[in-house]
Amino acid sequence: MSFSSKSALTRRRFVTSLAATGALTQTRSAHALTTGQTLLPGAIPPIAQTHYDLTVGRTAMTIAGKSLNAPCIDASVPGPILRWREGDDITLNVTNNLRVPTSIHWHGIRLPAPMDGVPGISFHGIPAGETFTYRFPVKQSGTYWYHGHSSMQEAIGLYGALVIDPIAPDPNACARDYVILLSEWSDVAPHDIVSNLKMQGDYYNFRQRSLASLFGEARQDGLGPALHDRLRWSRMNMSATDISDVTGTIYTYLMNGQAPDQSWTGLFRPGERVRLRFINASAMTFFDIRIPGLEMHVVQADGNDIEPVPVDEFRIGVAETYDVIVRPTQDRAYAIFTQSESRTGYASGTLAPRPGMRAPIPPMDPRPVRTMVDMGMGNMHDGMKMEHARKPAPAQHDDMPDVDMGDMKMDHDDMADMPDMAMKPAAPPIQRDDPGPPPINVENQNVAMMPTDRTGSPGDGLENNGRRVLNYKQLRATRPGSDPRPPTREIVLHLTGNMERYIWGFDGKKFSEAAPIVLRRNERVRFTLFNDTMMEHPIHLHGLWSELENGQGEHRPYKHTIISQPGSKLSYLVTADAPGMWAYHCHLQYHMDLGMFRTVVVL
Amino acid sequence: MKKTLLLALFVVAPTAHAQTATPPAYIDGMKPIMDESNYFHGILNQFEGRYAPGGSAFRWDGQAWYGGDYNRVWLKTEGTQQRGHLSDGDQELLYSRAISPYLNLQGGIRADLDDGPERTWGALGIQGLALYQFEFGATAYVSDRGRFATRLEGSYDFLLTNRLILQPQAEFNLYTKSDPRRQVGAGLSDVDTGLRLRYEIWRKFAPYIAVTYSGHLTQARRIAHDQGDPTGTLRFSFGIRSWF
Ligand SMILES: [Cu+2]
Repeated sequence: MSFSSKSALTRRRFVTSLAATGALTQTRSAHALTTGQTLLPGAIPPIAQTHYDLTVGRTAMTIAGKSLNAPCIDASVPGPILRWREGDDITLNVTNNLRVPTSIHWHGIRLPAPMDGVPGISFHGIPAGETFTYRFPVKQSGTYWYHGHSSMQEAIGLYGALVIDPIAPDPNACARDYVILLSEWSDVAPHDIVSNLKMQGDYYNFRQRSLASLFGEARQDGLGPALHDRLRWSRMNMSATDISDVTGTIYTYLMNGQAPDQSWTGLFRPGERVRLRFINASAMTFFDIRIPGLEMHVVQADGNDIEPVPVDEFRIGVAETYDVIVRPTQDRAYAIFTQSESRTGYASGTLAPRPGMRAPIPPMDPRPVRTMVDMGMGNMHDGMKMEHARKPAPAQHDDMPDVDMGDMKMDHDDMADMPDMAMKPAAPPIQRDDPGPPPINVENQNVAMMPTDRTGSPGDGLENNGRRVLNYKQLRATRPGSDPRPPTREIVLHLTGNMERYIWGFDGKKFSEAAPIVLRRNERVRFTLFNDTMMEHPIHLHGLWSELENGQGEHRPYKHTIISQPGSKLSYLVTADAPGMWAYHCHLQYHMDLGMFRTVVVL
Repeated sequence: MKKTLLLALFVVAPTAHAQTATPPAYIDGMKPIMDESNYFHGILNQFEGRYAPGGSAFRWDGQAWYGGDYNRVWLKTEGTQQRGHLSDGDQELLYSRAISPYLNLQGGIRADLDDGPERTWGALGIQGLALYQFEFGATAYVSDRGRFATRLEGSYDFLLTNRLILQPQAEFNLYTKSDPRRQVGAGLSDVDTGLRLRYEIWRKFAPYIAVTYSGHLTQARRIAHDQGDPTGTLRFSFGIRSWF
């Protein structure tokens, strides 16, 4: 165990005192452990377990006035926080009390393919009334999560956090350690949401440009340019305000299952280091996270340790996880403020020295407005980027983050990602599987003519906001990657979609029309993604690591979910070291279910 | 179990290249996602009372469809009720095929069903979104009696605010031959147009007020005039736009 018994005791005492005051007691989300002890939302169980009996069932709940009979785990949303330990063999008996099949997928966990939990690909699902036993060794540590992978059950409540203790002492162990799981809550059923979007792609967008908003734009940019920009978007039959398909119009955003007015609270003593494990378990929402008044040190991305990056704010894509450490010194409450990218709502909670304290919630930022960069028309202010757009993984020295990177050493090895560089021994010729630009067809609205490398950008709505915002180039693994081989093959994929018809896919094809992607066992492959759509897509490869080529050389970060920004290109390396069939998809629930999904076969 | 799975994979995916033609064998034939679902939606674009000193009328114009991303069945219906008399009745049953990002090819039958003499037509047209988010439809018809006709429809949504929407709309009908019993003239025969201001209380329910004009044009105008009917009427209207 990485936590000293002292800190575990602190946590237990904290839980007890909270229960006594009743300030935060919420039986709905509380999970009864086998020991009979009850944990509050966000509280990590004091010890790791190897054996679990979990039940999937429907539970009626009302949150923020929205009632739902949610399929969830052990009658709580989110499900219980599971704590494992690296090196242990885990057994999970999952019993399905629903009337329909279900499944649980262990997101980001490296395990044998039949244990991955995707019906049709890994196993036959868990039929109604039956129990399935997941059994696998845990070969990693960090913050992860689990969720359903059957008929959009995940979007309603079938998700929970996973915390895995490392075998070696945890360099990021803190006096306080909380899970902060973000999600959405709605009383509109997923199938109704999809159906509405099929009829009207902007059904949930009430933040579009209108005559009323023209005055503001004209004041800012001048009437001529404002009108010109509108006409340009209109000519393309697209909307510059197409930020999120589903918004705060129907969603209540939750932190550890609690609505903003419930204000989930984590306690601290001034001066203590507090670790916050952020998990974006939402179906459709990107969150921008900050704690006004506190500097956050990002120490882990998708479960893997990175060199700490001090930031004021960061974006978390759907299915990503980030661990941050904060050190509040003042005897006051701090707001954990996580606004949705569409700025139609936020989840929020509190860090406080005592229960019941609240901190002021900052106003939401203006919603982003898409630009021609998002349409893949290049960055008009930066000819360099345009020029290099089609080259794989440029390591742009002049794009290096300008924030203080602490004791990072990046003077010599950040060139290692450049496959064509003469300083490296001649790399084997790389085979390119590149279909070329996708066709404009029923399933594809756009082709990015000049896709840019946007890994140095924090994302739409976060650029130049006066705060230090995390970007992908800053993620630097604390350890070099385990596979130093250069890739022998590059698989180029275009992310495509038609917002008007609400169809999503790769290369202008949805899942049901496409063949699987086949990898040879232990093959080293580069995936290159061109995003021809004007939206972010969090792309998730099951079962294998995705090593983002972000200019950090052999210290490139290992991720399970990578945000592809609109109009961008990026690449990552994959070692196909786990045989079997794996799911590969956009983690926006309704993009995945409407076609942005492929099967990856490792032979 | 792992071994049999791998064996199955070898059978279905014999080459080790990126893409194979054969889809993988999904366990129990179960697909991980359902991207081929069918949907059913209907919309009443016009459901309105039209008021004028010369005579009030009630008009509807709606369509419904069932199907998936490419293939759908459409039902279109419109008609005008005036002084107990049903006119402009038009019912169409169409098969629709998506052919480009925004356009659908539609073909089927049209029946002019109202208090006038019945006519049936074969229909072939295009419906969808033109540039600048302009909704349009253009359909050619051929009747059982060897006549030809064309209908052009278009509308545009101007967002005054995100819920208050101004929509100009027009429908024109052209015929190759006159059909006086249906007050149809050769050439541009009639127009039905409106300027509607709707408020979307929620997306699926929007009351509106409107100014509408419906009338006969060119030769049809003389036919209507000779039959003692009004040739064109401008009316104040209100109604409900609704869909499911
Ligand atoms: Cu997506």
